[in-house]
Amino acid sequence: MMSLTELRILSPTAILGYGFPLSSFQAGLDRDPHVIAVDAGSTDPGPYYLGAGKSFTQRSAVKRDLRYLIDAALTRKIPLIIGTAGGSGAKPHVDWNLAIVEEILSELKLTAQLGVIYSDIDRDFLIEELKRGRVESLGPVDDLTEEDILASTHLVAQMGLEPIMQALEDGAEIILAGRAYDPTVFAALPVLKGYDMALALHMGKILECAAIAANPGSGSDCLMGTLTKDSFILEALNPERECTRLSVAAHTLYEKSNPYSLPGPGGGLDLHQTTFEQLPGGRVKVAGTKYVPTEGYFLKLEGASLIGYRTISIAGVRDPIMISQIDEVIARVKERVADNFQELKDYQLHVHCYGKNGVMGLLEPHPVPAHELGLVIEAVASTQEIADTICSFARSTMLHYGYPGRKSTAGNLAFPYSPSDVSAGAVYKFSVYHLLKVDDPKSLFPVKMGRSGL
Amino acid sequence: MRYVKDVALVVRSKNAGPYELTFDLMFPDADIYNEVRNSITAEKIAALYRIDESQVLSIIHFAPAYAVKITIVRPRPSGNLGETDVYGAQQHTPLFELTY
Repeated sequence: MMSLTELRILSPTAILGYGFPLSSFQAGLDRDPHVIAVDAGSTDPGPYYLGAGKSFTQRSAVKRDLRYLIDAALTRKIPLIIGTAGGSGAKPHVDWNLAIVEEILSELKLTAQLGVIYSDIDRDFLIEELKRGRVESLGPVDDLTEEDILASTHLVAQMGLEPIMQALEDGAEIILAGRAYDPTVFAALPVLKGYDMALALHMGKILECAAIAANPGSGSDCLMGTLTKDSFILEALNPERECTRLSVAAHTLYEKSNPYSLPGPGGGLDLHQTTFEQLPGGRVKVAGTKYVPTEGYFLKLEGASLIGYRTISIAGVRDPIMISQIDEVIARVKERVADNFQELKDYQLHVHCYGKNGVMGLLEPHPVPAHELGLVIEAVASTQEIADTICSFARSTMLHYGYPGRKSTAGNLAFPYSPSDVSAGAVYKFSVYHLLKVDDPKSLFPVKMGRSGL
Repeated sequence: MRYVKDVALVVRSKNAGPYELTFDLMFPDADIYNEVRNSITAEKIAALYRIDESQVLSIIHFAPAYAVKITIVRPRPSGNLGETDVYGAQQHTPLFELTY
């Protein structure tokens, strides 16, 4: 049974820490929301952040956003739900975000009932599940192996609605969730109150990017969602933006491979019957989306593993004689490095060639060099010291390499910096991107409740 | 023969997860969308990106946004060694050469 005729959800920003204008946030509060929810995560910045246990947003930016959100939610006695805390949602990310929440509560002299939901998956458990045939590949990914699992520094699963609904039922005022399917933080309260799950999740799917779905789009501005029995309405809260039928429908395409079928934990959204209707005042009404449960409940797993340490050197090339044979020069330099360090096999040397195919690599249809090139010499090796050595040697070799027809015999490279080389630290790769079949959507995501603040 | 880019409102690329690259072409109205959409084929995409046709995973027509979505296998998983574009946001320009 629905206890309310409509439910209003305020999404302040696309990613916690990306910011929002206070005037937009106040306009959202003026509409009397029932919940404030924000997604803090993404795999878009690449595997490093999950692997290293670091946030891709800055602490001071996250704290700035959270301070307003916590103050507003506790003052109004409405829940604040944060999904994929710390950007990747593994334990170090959640704990990092938790420390910020506790610091703010203490500064505001407030207390709150906190619900913290970790999403880390135990390696031994996953190996057992792999042996039982409960793990499937997701898209163009190799089958999962025991080695991949053991090599992963952090391993998380995307939780569905259930653990967040549990935390709400347990009375959490602030929920800090580990890795969560993006729409869940927006849909948990509506589903708990009896609203249609398909509409709640579809609305969450749009709200999770906040004003990116408005026109002009922005990742650092608020969006309001109002859910009723059979539709939802989206509204931009900044007078400079509006939701248009096209901006909202277009957002349905964003960062996914099939806009008609959006898979998630336990089931997916079917958009074949979805309608997008323009309303006055820059609002858009969406209806008709269906929820299709999958046979069995599947969670998406994500893991990243360390592959080495990186050192880079940035240099420009302006000489047309050198540019005309740049591929040859790079190949000869690589040979010279390999010959000089025959005992070192455990490294990769790559030269990005901006001005030729630095952006698209092998996909580049026109690898024709420009009048100047920007080179990024990159060494990745098993230790930082080896990476430093390889990068340094490749850089000095290329600087003085005597290519055929050379006239500029004093040096081949223009360095913008001294020192010319930068030790860039640990390098990770995605090692797990698979589906795990579970019997209970909640068992892997225990909710820890506790009073915090003052 | 005309260029799709001249009638498209949006031509963009982005990761769809770390293992896929997805392209969106959006058109201003139903007429242009219907005129153009069937001329976008896996064969043309494969040729523009110099990849095998099997690497073109899907081409989907999405009428609510007057859009055609193309998804290919990423040249490497996002962030792997040799990466050139972690977010996949600058892989769209070969589509400027699509004709209809």
